[in-house]
Amino acid sequence: MENFYKDNPSLKFHLKHPLMEKIIRLKENDFAEKDKYDYAFQDFEDALDSYDKVLEIVGEICGETIAPNAESVDHEGPQLINNEVIYARGTQENHDTLTKAGLIGMSLPREYGGLNFAMVPYVMAAELVSRADAGFANIWGLQDCAETLHEFASDEIKKEFLPRFNNGATAAMDLTEPDAGSDLQAVQLKATYDEQKQQWFLNGVKRFITNGDADISLVLARTEPGTTDGRGLSLFVYDRKDKALTVRRIENKLGIKGSPTCELVFKDAPAKLVGERRMGLIKYVMSLMNSARLGVGAQSVGIAEAAYREALKYAYEREQFGKPIINYPAVYEMLSVMRAKIDASRSLLYETARYVDIYKSYSFIQEERKLEPEERNDAKHHTRVADALTPLLKLFASEYCNEIASEALQVHGGTGYMKDFPVERLFRDARITNIYEGTSQLQVVAAIRAVGNGAYLKLIREYQEHHVKPEFEYLRNTLIDLTDDFEKLSKSVLEAKNNELLDFHARRLVEMAGYIIMGYLLLQDTHRDVEYRKSAEIFIRKAKTECASRAEFIRSFEEKNLGTYKITWE
Amino acid sequence: MSFKIVVLAKQVPDTRNVGKDAMKADGTVNRGALPAIFNPEDLHALEQALRVKDRIDGAEIIILTMGPPRAAEIIREAMYRGADTGYLITDRKFAGSDTLATSYAISLAVKKLQPHLVIAGRQAIDGDTAQVGPQVAEKLNIPQVTYCEEVLEINEDELIIKRRLERGVEVVKCKTPLLITVHSSAPTCRPRHAKLLMKFKHARTVSELVEETKDYTEMMTNKPYLRVEEWSVVDLDANVEFLGLSGSPTKVKKIENVVLARKDSVHLTPDDKDMDYLMKELIDSHVIG
Repeated sequence: MENFYKDNPSLKFHLKHPLMEKIIRLKENDFAEKDKYDYAFQDFEDALDSYDKVLEIVGEICGETIAPNAESVDHEGPQLINNEVIYARGTQENHDTLTKAGLIGMSLPREYGGLNFAMVPYVMAAELVSRADAGFANIWGLQDCAETLHEFASDEIKKEFLPRFNNGATAAMDLTEPDAGSDLQAVQLKATYDEQKQQWFLNGVKRFITNGDADISLVLARTEPGTTDGRGLSLFVYDRKDKALTVRRIENKLGIKGSPTCELVFKDAPAKLVGERRMGLIKYVMSLMNSARLGVGAQSVGIAEAAYREALKYAYEREQFGKPIINYPAVYEMLSVMRAKIDASRSLLYETARYVDIYKSYSFIQEERKLEPEERNDAKHHTRVADALTPLLKLFASEYCNEIASEALQVHGGTGYMKDFPVERLFRDARITNIYEGTSQLQVVAAIRAVGNGAYLKLIREYQEHHVKPEFEYLRNTLIDLTDDFEKLSKSVLEAKNNELLDFHARRLVEMAGYIIMGYLLLQDTHRDVEYRKSAEIFIRKAKTECASRAEFIRSFEEKNLGTYKITWE
Repeated sequence: MSFKIVVLAKQVPDTRNVGKDAMKADGTVNRGALPAIFNPEDLHALEQALRVKDRIDGAEIIILTMGPPRAAEIIREAMYRGADTGYLITDRKFAGSDTLATSYAISLAVKKLQPHLVIAGRQAIDGDTAQVGPQVAEKLNIPQVTYCEEVLEINEDELIIKRRLERGVEVVKCKTPLLITVHSSAPTCRPRHAKLLMKFKHARTVSELVEETKDYTEMMTNKPYLRVEEWSVVDLDANVEFLGLSGSPTKVKKIENVVLARKDSVHLTPDDKDMDYLMKELIDSHVIG
């Protein structure tokens, strides 16, 4: 029996993080529901044990059903028949199995049929599903939409839509349009209110919509005629039962072929307003995007894990010049660096999830009672750090995912280029992770703010204070040196007061912060479990050289050099 | 009375992945070296029971097993998948029972439960006898339908069942109460359900409660569904002569290790002639066709 949770002790390691007690207590609101639902947790140990056991179910379904289906799903893909998206056979089986196991709507409250799981175990499930089939992970992961409805929709909408998730309803978030990709402020799909029918109607086109023919769709639309920016946009929920949507086509993609990417035409489609008018983009979609970015972080780590395992197995089995290729320095270095990058991005993934967990729980508690001043500060702190870590995670995890998938293919040599091994699929699937839900370039735009306002530096200095065993002190010393350098350089770039220069160096600065942060996280992991020592050493050594090259570039660069890089097209 | 289904299940050593420690020197199974699992065909049986429950409102599934105290694990496992409650037949006096003694004990338990339908896996992967199901039916004097692949139609007093036989399928109609044994070609069991797992993970037998370090008193009082009943020889009102070694006519006379040696080999080249030869070989030896 393949079990993707049991065969990967890293997940349990992160599940047992010391902060979990606080996270669970907040999420369970001091176990207020313990006598209300027969499956509610009694206390912290009970909750952690349930997380662990439910993740075992996820791991088993991933190993026994989803992963074995991945190849046929990749070949078959979804089809468009009579204006209906028909999933590949394996996709449907995956979805049905997860529904039967009660694994849709994992983070929703029990009152709506959910499991009320914290983000950490939910993100772990997302990592597992992604390792099994990254394309399918999108369909499963769109249960995030339930979370958005739960956070912002009226009670009436919540009662109508949320209980459907645990029974297997699928979801989509319809944001992108032909002329509104990265720039969602340009969305044009029109929403008009019919006074007579007391109903909103949607008209227009959406493009590149994952799982576009879903049961429940969140649609971003313009409610304020004459406006041209984000403040004229509102969020709607559309029910597939109304049959007012045409799927014009399913895109033919490089990877994640099991996930149907649709072009949609809304024609007088009835829909319900979610929350308040004009808050669609600036509040609700921003929140949805943040959880989607966490989701892509999980997906990236999942694909990377799958690719690494394929490469490791192949390197061990493949013999050349009389011995397995894993014995050659050129190959084992590739593998151990892959391992270190996975450990680093996974640590960043769960660190981010922990911060998100805490601030989200506070925001729900706030609906019931006033927070104590102490709690308010704690909530604010966790929101700020979560906002800073989310784009950093998305950036690093997705870039590493691409590097690792590429290296894994390289380990296979010519064989890896053939369709005979799963690594070519992983390589194709990886490629989307640093594009969708905001490209890497856009993650940098979000992350550079945390360089500017000192959020990264503050967090790093906090990490610096964590206790480490004396034998790992040398690793911390390296990180302190890197931090000093990062502080100096970011200050010099910021003080130049030249926005173009800041944008130009933004990625370099953000990446320096990322290396230091992940270095500290691995150091903390090593402190808890010496198994991580190798990865910490390899990663911090890498951090040192990577930071040095970026520092050297910034130091030797002057504002006037910008011109050299500017390019035009005649 | 609601429609009552008893599913017979057995905890078995996982003989599908045997290592070198799988057998003891005396030729018996080394249970300690193999993980204990839910007998695979019994899971198919459970799925059939769940499908009946899906179709009959208020139907109840009781999982019944016989074994050492740790066999309660598979009762919980069945509850995570949708069984409502479970009974464990356990007593030292049952030790060493063969299929005849086992089916005697099980038939007594089934008699106590008075179900409309008994569903069992065709056979267990440790003994592979396929005898217990039919023997239980005989002892209860109810009809049996073996090798079931699918329950096609069902109402409270009649079932229409598809059987998977060696050279085809057979559809039969049978009145309740009856016992069916389920073939491995039947659908695999649905997964464990997250909510049911969280609900039933604390289900315990009396013997297990004695071993627990944590205090379960309050939980067991507030949540009576967590109690898994244990039945001993006394509870079943069984005649001990028919149990254990004394009740088991099956005696192992001799156990031999069989080493399969390759007798001869044929080298084939991938051309039409040799492929033609290979196909004929495979058809003649009934590997295909």
